[in-house]
Amino acid sequence: MKSRGGNPKSEIRNPKEEGGGSGGNQGLRAIGAGAFPFALFALTAIGAEVGMRATGTEYCLTQLTMALYYALVTLGLCLVMGYAGQVSLGHGAFFALGGYTSAVLTTHDVSWLQGGTLAPWLKSARLLVARQDSYGSSLLTVSPWAAFLAAMVLVTAVACLIGYPALRLRGHYLAMATLAFGVIVNKMLLASSLAGAADGINGVPEWHLAGGLTVSGKGLARAQNYYLACAMVLLTVLVLRNLVHSRVGRALQAIHDGETYAAAMGIDTARYKLKVFVLSALLAAMAGVFFTHYTGGISPSEAGAFKSVRYVALATAGGMGNLWGVAVMSTALNYCSLRGWFGSYDNAVFGALLILLVSLAPEGPLKPLGTWLRGLAGKRWVPRPAAGERRAASETTASRAAEGRAGRGAA
Amino acid sequence: MALLEVTNLRRSFGGLVAVQQVSFAVKAGQIKAIIGPNGAGKTTLFNLICGLLKPERGQITFRGESLSGLEPYRVARAGLSRTFQNPSLFPCMSVLENVMVGRHRRSRREFFACAVRWPGQAREERAIRQAALEQLDYVGLTDLAACPAGALAFGQRRMVELGRALAAEPELLLLDEPASGLNTREKEDLGELIRKIRQRGITILLVEHDMSLVMGLSDEILVLHNGTPIAEGPPAMVRNDPKVIGVYLGGESQHVASGKESQMRLRQS
Repeated sequence: MKSRGGNPKSEIRNPKEEGGGSGGNQGLRAIGAGAFPFALFALTAIGAEVGMRATGTEYCLTQLTMALYYALVTLGLCLVMGYAGQVSLGHGAFFALGGYTSAVLTTHDVSWLQGGTLAPWLKSARLLVARQDSYGSSLLTVSPWAAFLAAMVLVTAVACLIGYPALRLRGHYLAMATLAFGVIVNKMLLASSLAGAADGINGVPEWHLAGGLTVSGKGLARAQNYYLACAMVLLTVLVLRNLVHSRVGRALQAIHDGETYAAAMGIDTARYKLKVFVLSALLAAMAGVFFTHYTGGISPSEAGAFKSVRYVALATAGGMGNLWGVAVMSTALNYCSLRGWFGSYDNAVFGALLILLVSLAPEGPLKPLGTWLRGLAGKRWVPRPAAGERRAASETTASRAAEGRAGRGAA
Repeated sequence: MALLEVTNLRRSFGGLVAVQQVSFAVKAGQIKAIIGPNGAGKTTLFNLICGLLKPERGQITFRGESLSGLEPYRVARAGLSRTFQNPSLFPCMSVLENVMVGRHRRSRREFFACAVRWPGQAREERAIRQAALEQLDYVGLTDLAACPAGALAFGQRRMVELGRALAAEPELLLLDEPASGLNTREKEDLGELIRKIRQRGITILLVEHDMSLVMGLSDEILVLHNGTPIAEGPPAMVRNDPKVIGVYLGGESQHVASGKESQMRLRQS
């Protein structure tokens, strides 16, 4: 056991500490270590933008922005898989559902409402907006904000409908239900003329968020949108980090570690699993809405099973329960994929990645690297792994204190 | 009125009747033990009480309210905490976090409040940590607070589990074979601790094989055999009961002491 200054009683009087630190001093260090990745991420993001501008490769920012939006989906999955221990193979479909709802509502002309009594009221409430499409004809469509809210409501309803029966049971029912759901959504989009069938929907308008901030794929707005996506990833990590370091996060982890025992502690396991599933579906749908406005369109491949499996592979690649690992790995790998580095082997790369990681490094490749680096620094306590306790061994006190909630083994 | 009342409980698995015609009561402030040979239905009885199994027949009332058929989390919220035969810690969490999970039903901030650090959430979190540290201190494991639970020794896991159950401030504590796998000294410490817990005003119902512990500790003992009670009373009385002696020493017949054989016998009957 690690030796610590002060007697145990002094700890009890010092409950302000954060993370897994055991002494007041270490607690402070844990707070510092908690803020450090945020600063590093922000600096790297700025560095990437400045670097690309300097080398005249600003066009790469577009793919980086898209990859950041995909990272939001993976972060949501991280919570479902790494913390609640459930597998969802339908997050691509939630992404698409969000994107399509937004795309359909903001491109579908509803000028037939014009003569009605409701139209002026809806316009003044800014639920409807008049605009011109790219050919110059005037349209009356639902406003992006209203479409966004509609997408959120729809996805909440759908996620509850799928999650409620599947999550009352234990085991892999959610994975099966969401896989089927993804296939259904994909086929429905392909068959629906409203959703543009195989072509998807194009010509989705810009989304004026607030204060001159616009989600748009225009060249001039590229840097602005890049930073917007960065901010959303940072905010999501912050919120999820708060969540996992709380009563709710511990309850989810308890469900992951042993559902029977969690229930015996008074945790309503079915309700918590459903809530976390809906939350992650909402994150995916939100990413879908922003992505659709950014790229100006969406195609049915977003709902494909390959996409959903890719999100699972990316969450595994980041170390499942490791929010930063997931954010970084997801962004990096999706960026490479979007830049076409993997060529026609795109899906194969992610499949191979999933197999390799599950068999070789179930905690993700970043975690052993981090432990090794800290070992080099040589000032942290690392316990000797007990026989057959790989999971336990990786969960060292030191890495916990340093990284906050760290990655854990593939469930 | 008794704190916990079990009336005419029955549960079978296929052709095997694990528990039948079991009725007993636990009075507030008591230490009550359930003993019996392997396969007597002790753990099944525990699982019935805490909602992991649904009874086929019979009633379970706690403080006058029915528990039968409730989900385990609702039973826990009613004021029952339990430990398991095999320590059931959450291996990916630290010892302290494990005990903090025990505070779940004594705290109430939900998803939104926790995600955005709603005012008051940090205070509740501090209170949870404080209470957990106090429980950890109570079971004497403050030093291991930051240790990953999966890395603990068996006896230590037991104690952490007990601390986690206590953190919920239960009115009734159910202990399933708390002394199994402990060495002699650990057993003595455990006996001391259980007495201390009772002094805190917590009623205790335990299943245990270790006779010296049970006889020294309990106010009342219920003896189960083949799923039915054969004796109930204070230790001195139960110890001299001819039926109990028969079951334990094989007076009735040679094979009753073996769980598997008695189960087979049941199936045949």
